[in-house]
Amino acid sequence: MKRSLFLIGMLSVLAARPVVGQSIPEITYDSAPNFLKMPDDIYLGEVLGVATNSKGHVFVYTRTGSVNVTTGTNRVFVRSGSRLFEFDQNGKYLREIGQNLYGFVQAHAVRVDPQDNIWIVDEGSSMVIKFDPEGHVVMTMGRKPEAVDNPARPEAPPAAGSGAGVPGDNFNGPSDVAWDAAGDIFVADGSRNSRIAKFDKNGTFIKSWGTRGSAPGQFNVPHSIVVDAKENIYVADRGNKRIQVFDTDGNPKAQYANVGSPWALCITSGAHQYLYSSDSNSGDFDDATIYKMELDGTVLGKFGAGGKQLKEFGTVHEMDCRKENEIYVGEILNWRVQKLILHPAAGKPDATRSARK
Amino acid sequence: MKLRVLSTLLLFNFAVVTLTLAQQNVPAPAKAFATAPEIAYDSVPNFLKLPNGVYLGEGIGVARNSKGHVFVYTRGGDTSHLYEFDQNGSFVREIGKGLYGFQMAHAVRVDPQDNIWVVDEGTDMVIKFTPEGRVAMLLGRRPEFNGGVRATPPPNTPPPAAQPYRFGRPTDVAWDAAGNIFISDGYTNSRVVKYDKNGRYINSIGTKGTGPGQFNTPHSIQTDANGNVYVADRGNRRIQVLGNDLAVKAIYDNVGAPWALCITPGPHQYLYSSNSNPDNNNSRLNAVSGEIYKMELDGTVLGKFGKAGKQLKEFTTVHAMDCRNENDLLAAEITGWRVQKLTLHPQVQTSSR
Repeated sequence: MKRSLFLIGMLSVLAARPVVGQSIPEITYDSAPNFLKMPDDIYLGEVLGVATNSKGHVFVYTRTGSVNVTTGTNRVFVRSGSRLFEFDQNGKYLREIGQNLYGFVQAHAVRVDPQDNIWIVDEGSSMVIKFDPEGHVVMTMGRKPEAVDNPARPEAPPAAGSGAGVPGDNFNGPSDVAWDAAGDIFVADGSRNSRIAKFDKNGTFIKSWGTRGSAPGQFNVPHSIVVDAKENIYVADRGNKRIQVFDTDGNPKAQYANVGSPWALCITSGAHQYLYSSDSNSGDFDDATIYKMELDGTVLGKFGAGGKQLKEFGTVHEMDCRKENEIYVGEILNWRVQKLILHPAAGKPDATRSARK
Repeated sequence: MKLRVLSTLLLFNFAVVTLTLAQQNVPAPAKAFATAPEIAYDSVPNFLKLPNGVYLGEGIGVARNSKGHVFVYTRGGDTSHLYEFDQNGSFVREIGKGLYGFQMAHAVRVDPQDNIWVVDEGTDMVIKFTPEGRVAMLLGRRPEFNGGVRATPPPNTPPPAAQPYRFGRPTDVAWDAAGNIFISDGYTNSRVVKYDKNGRYINSIGTKGTGPGQFNTPHSIQTDANGNVYVADRGNRRIQVLGNDLAVKAIYDNVGAPWALCITPGPHQYLYSSNSNPDNNNSRLNAVSGEIYKMELDGTVLGKFGKAGKQLKEFTTVHAMDCRNENDLLAAEITGWRVQKLTLHPQVQTSSR
C-alpha cells in the first residue's frame, strides 16, 4: 500500500515539473505602505512569524531586543529576545501578548487555528505554545532547556542526535505548526531534529516520521507546514528544495520540486484552495520569488524580487493567505510585515524573467 | 674619560627611556603638533539636559540634524540607546528603545534629508531611521542567537572573508550627493564599502595592512561636496582620501591617530580630525595625544585645540564629532561619558598651549 502511494507520489513529481522553457505568468501586485502602525516605543525586529485570525487581526512574532544570557557557574541561562504583537484588520496596534514569557527566546512562527487560538513556535526555547484568543497560555508543548552549554555547541558538524528524528514530546529547534480538521497537531521539528511530530488535540504524542536525508519522507530542515481541507499535509523541505505531501499518518503522497527552496508555505481557505510557497532570498538582493500553486503542484504564477524597497523582499520567513489575493509576508532582513494585494487577472507571462530563471 | 663615561651613561639612559617608551607603545606626538597654531575655544557647561533616570554611558556617537537637534548614541547599562535633544540641549525623546539592532554603539550620523543613521558594532548593523524615528532601511544582519555563547577565537585568528552584505564590527557611515552610502568596516573587516542609495552593493576597497588602500581599523568616514571619501585609518595613524570610486587619492599622516572625522558644510569645507587619547586612561599616552586638528581638505593643518583630561575643555577620548557649524562643534567622549559643545574662536590664536 505504502509502495503504491509512493509511486503515485513520484508520478506527481513528474506531473508538477514545468516543461523546460515554459514561462510562468507574473502576478502583478501592490504593497500597502506602512500597513502596521507601531506605537512610538515599539519596534519590530526580524519578523519571523505573521498570521491573521478570523476577524482579520494580524499577529506578528518577532525577534526583538537582546537575548538575555546570564552565566551560572558553568552554564548559561537564556531569556527574552522575542515578542508577540496583535494588530487589528487595519493595522492598528492592539496589544502585546506574552510579555517576558519564559518560552519567548528566538521566534520562528505564529499561526492561528480555526478556533482563533494563537500558536507560536520558538526555535530558541524549542517550545510550541498555544494561547487562547484572549491571549492566555492554554497549552505548552516541549520544554525549554533549563540552561545551555557554554560555550555553545559547534554549529557544524551538528551535535549527536541532530537530524536523527528523535521521536517523543520534546522538540529540537521546531519551525512550524499546523492542525487537521480533528484538531490533531503537526509540528515541523525542525532545524535540528528533521521530523514531523503528530499529537492529538490534547497534546498527547501520537507518532513522528522523518530523519535527516533526501529520500521521500526524509527532511533537510522541514521549515514550514500546512494542512488542506482534505487533510493532506504539505511540508516545506527547504534544504531539499521540495515540498513533500503526506497523509495524516505520515505516508508520502507527492513531492513538488519545481518551486525552489520553500521557506514559507500558506494555504488559502474556501472551496478552491491554493498553495503559496516562497523561494526566499538569503542574500539581500538575490532573487526572491513567491509561487502560487494548485494543491496538485501546478504552478499558476509567481511574483516578487529581492531588495529593500516596498514590494521587494528581504528573506520572507512566513506568509498568511487566509484570503487568496491578500497576503501578509514577514521578512527577516527588512524587519517588517508587508500586506500584498495581488492582481492575478492582470498577470501576463513575462518571458524575459522566466527565461533568466 | 669622565666625559666619555658620562656620555655613555647618558646614552644608556636615553636607551632605557626609549626602551620604556617602546615597551609602553607610546607613539610620538602627531607630526603637526609642534607647529600647528592653537585655536582658542570654550566648552558650554552641561549642554545636554538629561531627564531624571536617563544617563549617558560611553558617549560614542553624536550628530546634529538640519534643525540643530542633537542625536547621541551611547552605550548604556542594559543596551545601547539613541537619544534626541533639541538645539538647546533639552531632552526630546529616545528613538529605537530596545531595538533588535542596538547592542554596542559605534556611531550616529544624520544625512542631508535628516534621516538618522546608526552604526552598531555589536550587531554588525547599519540602521537608517526616518526623521520621525522609524526604521527605514537595514544594512547587515545581526548574528543569529545560536543557543549559547560563541567561544572567542584565539588571538591572531584571521577574520573570515568579508561578505558584500555583512559587516565585521562596522564603525561609521557617510553619503555622497547622489545618496550613495559609504561604510567603514571596521574592526574585523578592514575595508570601506560603497552601496547605492537603495542599499545595493557597488564595490569595496581594503584589507588589513599598511599599504595605500589598506586599513588598520578604519574608524571614521566622511565625504566632501565633490564626493571624495575621507577615511580615518586609525591604526595606521593616517587619513586616507579616496575618490568616489574608492581609489586612493591622497594620504595625510601628520595629525596623529584619527579617531573621529567631521567635515563642515558650505562652499569652503574644513576637515576636523581628533588625535584622541586612547581609551585606556594611560597618562603616558595622554601626554602625547588628545588634541583636535582643523585642516583644509588638502591636508594643510590650520590649527589645533584641546588636550587629554577630565575637566571641562579637556577630552576623555573623543570618539565622534559634529561640525555642521564650523565654530560650534559637538564632541562625544568615551571614557568621560559625556558630550561637550565647543565654541571655537579661530581668530584668537595663541602660540603656546
